[in-house]
Amino acid sequence: MSRYVTRYGIRAVATLYVGLLVGVPVGSVFFRALRPGLDSFWSQITTPPAVHALVLTLEVGALAVALNTAFGLAAALILARHRFPGAALVEALIDLPLSISPVVAGLALLLCYSSTQGLLGPFLSRHGIEVLFSFPSIVMACAFVSLPYVVREVQPVLIELGTDQEQAAETLGAGPFAIFWRITLPSIRWALAYGVLLTTARVLGEFGAVAVVSGSILDKTQTLTLYVDSEFTNFNSAGAYAGALLIAVISMAVLAALSVSQSRERQVL
Amino acid sequence: MSIEVRSLSKRFGQVRALEDVSFEVPAGSLMALLGPSGGGKSTVLRLITGLEVPDSGTVVIDGVDVTHVPVRSRGIGFCFQHYAPFRHMTVWQNVAFGLKVRRRPKAEIAARVQELLELVRLDELAARYPSQLSGGQRQRMALARALAVEPKVLLLDEPFGALDAQVRKELRTWLRELVERVKVTTVLVTHDQEEAMEVADQIAIIHGGRLEQVGTPAECYDHPANEFVLTFLGSATRHDGFWVRPHDLILTRDDAGNGPGVRQGRVTRITRLGFEARVEVTLEDESTTVVQLPRRELDRLEVERGDRVSVALGSPVPIGDVGTAQPVDQR
Repeated sequence: MSRYVTRYGIRAVATLYVGLLVGVPVGSVFFRALRPGLDSFWSQITTPPAVHALVLTLEVGALAVALNTAFGLAAALILARHRFPGAALVEALIDLPLSISPVVAGLALLLCYSSTQGLLGPFLSRHGIEVLFSFPSIVMACAFVSLPYVVREVQPVLIELGTDQEQAAETLGAGPFAIFWRITLPSIRWALAYGVLLTTARVLGEFGAVAVVSGSILDKTQTLTLYVDSEFTNFNSAGAYAGALLIAVISMAVLAALSVSQSRERQVL
Repeated sequence: MSIEVRSLSKRFGQVRALEDVSFEVPAGSLMALLGPSGGGKSTVLRLITGLEVPDSGTVVIDGVDVTHVPVRSRGIGFCFQHYAPFRHMTVWQNVAFGLKVRRRPKAEIAARVQELLELVRLDELAARYPSQLSGGQRQRMALARALAVEPKVLLLDEPFGALDAQVRKELRTWLRELVERVKVTTVLVTHDQEEAMEVADQIAIIHGGRLEQVGTPAECYDHPANEFVLTFLGSATRHDGFWVRPHDLILTRDDAGNGPGVRQGRVTRITRLGFEARVEVTLEDESTTVVQLPRRELDRLEVERGDRVSVALGSPVPIGDVGTAQPVDQR
């Protein structure tokens, strides 16, 4: 009897916790965004600033995710397969974005690339490159905060995988490219996909670092999260809810795409 | 296609893994590299494969020096100790891999894979993934995968190491037949002397990074180059100053006197192992010797614990007289 109480008690507590912390607030965003009706929602997300913010977010997201996927894969391969001096430092630097606040990350970029007092800013400025308050700085901020995910997902899988299969492929006549495409990549593809997913979610939701480096210039450097924030502070709560819902929907679509492809290609591993 | 290794040496950091190892495997024959774990046998195999580069020495396959030829161009079939199956591929895809990366025509690949799967009796399991196979089946898949590209030589690292005793014995016989049918020069690594003696045409005994002896199983057993080979290939005991195999000692009930090679003692222990028995005799000088004899012989002698017996030297093992075996290292 008490066993059932315990079991259902734990379930109830867990459900309540997740529900109150995540379910109800996210649900209320859906509710508030859609309460005025789909037409109203649609008109809120098709205003020029909203569309611009959406396009910018997708562009920034695509570039930052692509950069961190390529870098993450390379870093994971190098760190998992080679011992070299300075490896520990690289490991620590990769983890750094997890431990420092995005606002601090933004400030760090600001200090480095400021055209008047930055470390690299004045040099770039003299060559006509303005990093801050423009597209590059937003990509850099997003890439900065989402740097660890691909590496941290892929590296342990590579270590666990070992090099036996790659060596076997080599004895069977496969060159480096064939080994990578046919053996290494398929073996780590779910870890990689999960890393990409986490990176994407992180980039779409990034606020702090982007807020600092972009200047949140309307129709220019305003991403979706910044748009939601500015609508909210400008007392356009309908626009803010609509934007928030849009972010949530995009994130969930990415998650759904992954789980669908994963279940369709179920592997026995 | 013969394999020849000449004066191979290899260090890993401070560890001397291999020192001046040379031997030759005649075309079409099966050589077993035998020795205790960590003795350097696997290193020899990885050097032949090209997965390691020797510090000095050469590897010659079919008359061609391949010491600096990349792994994938050596024409080698290699079976890893734990088979290294491609876990994301089916049995069929595993076997087809070498042919696919060589861009052979599809029809040819299909025919060849089918032929090999039949050869290793896995044709009905072609659609399975390695995780759905037993140890023995995985081993056979690894063999088929290695043989698919028609290698000049086949190298097997502890091919039966991860299998249980019954499967080991079956696969051993099967491998021997397979190698004869495919006619591929084969080198296998094992730490099991019985396995080596059963499957191999020749055995090379490697210990502490050195080659102790090369020869047929009978040569090495009957004419061991040194005490290490003698004791590694089978039990041996000292009797009256000679090394002798326990089954070459003659046990008698009667007091045979104190002739050369004959000693008296008392039976202190009898162990019956299936068809044979081991009798431990404590001699008059308190040393013990072990006699191995067929059960029927023991029953005929009616020897029991505590009885006085004589132990006579049958034929001692000549150590260092290498007979027709190839010369060994000079220490």
